[in-house]
Amino acid sequence: MNDPRVPAPPAAALDEIDRRIVVATQAGLPLVPEPWAEVARQVGVPVAEVLRRVRRMQRRGAVRRVALVPNHYALGFRANGMTVWDVPDERVAELGRAVAALPFVSHCYQRPRHLPEWPYNLFAMVHGRTREEVEAKVAEIAALLGEADRGHAVLYSRRLLKKTGLRLRP
Amino acid sequence: MAVVPEPALDALDRRIINRLQEGLPVVERPFAAAAEALGIDEGTLLERLSRLREAGLVDRVGPMYRAEALGGDVTLAAMQVPPERLEDVAARVSAFPEVAHNYEREHTFNLWFVVAVERPEAVGRVLAAIERETGLRVYDFPKLQEFCLGLRLEV
Repeated sequence: MNDPRVPAPPAAALDEIDRRIVVATQAGLPLVPEPWAEVARQVGVPVAEVLRRVRRMQRRGAVRRVALVPNHYALGFRANGMTVWDVPDERVAELGRAVAALPFVSHCYQRPRHLPEWPYNLFAMVHGRTREEVEAKVAEIAALLGEADRGHAVLYSRRLLKKTGLRLRP
Repeated sequence: MAVVPEPALDALDRRIINRLQEGLPVVERPFAAAAEALGIDEGTLLERLSRLREAGLVDRVGPMYRAEALGGDVTLAAMQVPPERLEDVAARVSAFPEVAHNYEREHTFNLWFVVAVERPEAVGRVLAAIERETGLRVYDFPKLQEFCLGLRLEV
């Protein structure tokens, strides 16, 4: 079987300057009035060039967006449930988009089944302050999916064992 | 699970967290633009953001990169670890530098981790090395389609 992974854009789409921008910003922008000017100084190109390249990476999908990244756990959202659903493959794109549009779903992906142990093909991360809150949200997803929900499970996190984030080496 | 107290956020903190998750414009003064949309001044926004970050309530403000689009690859993997081996196996998995996140979850599939590498071909090599080292099967769950839209936590 061919590798089913989402094809990544060619690595050549990112050149050495883009890479330096990634390294300079992957831990966040400095919280100053002109953060990109500081990035430009580190990278060694004019600020207009940095802005142009970040916009290009955004168009190409290498940057999802430039945004605030909250710490769910510190904000009190401590019941983190990975919900997994067995839905018909031919409807997974339509249903995945509908589930992803729910405001309490942070990530939503189609992933492969591993039969017979793992029948689920749609993964949606649900955050809540308590398990009861997560369970109410799971019921909402189940209602949305209707009979396309052929089975589901909620995998609560028991412990975070490691979190380093994704890092390019400088 | 115990209900934890709400962190001390006032109404403006909440508006900032809710609004800025949607994104900032890629311009020379992004915080001035965002502050204007919130009806506050740039200095107030920067001061609030610094405080939220120092308190650990905000991880960062900046570009959100897609690892696989940077020329590398990322996958989600899971294992069914016998409970009596969990501590040992979890520590061995976390020790791999390519393992970015590692969670214990309540299920027979009880160990879930993200493997991120700079070159695509190395993901398989890392998963195989974990299988060799633990003697347990590693299930690979690469992303087939991404439906992210929401990605927004209302506080």
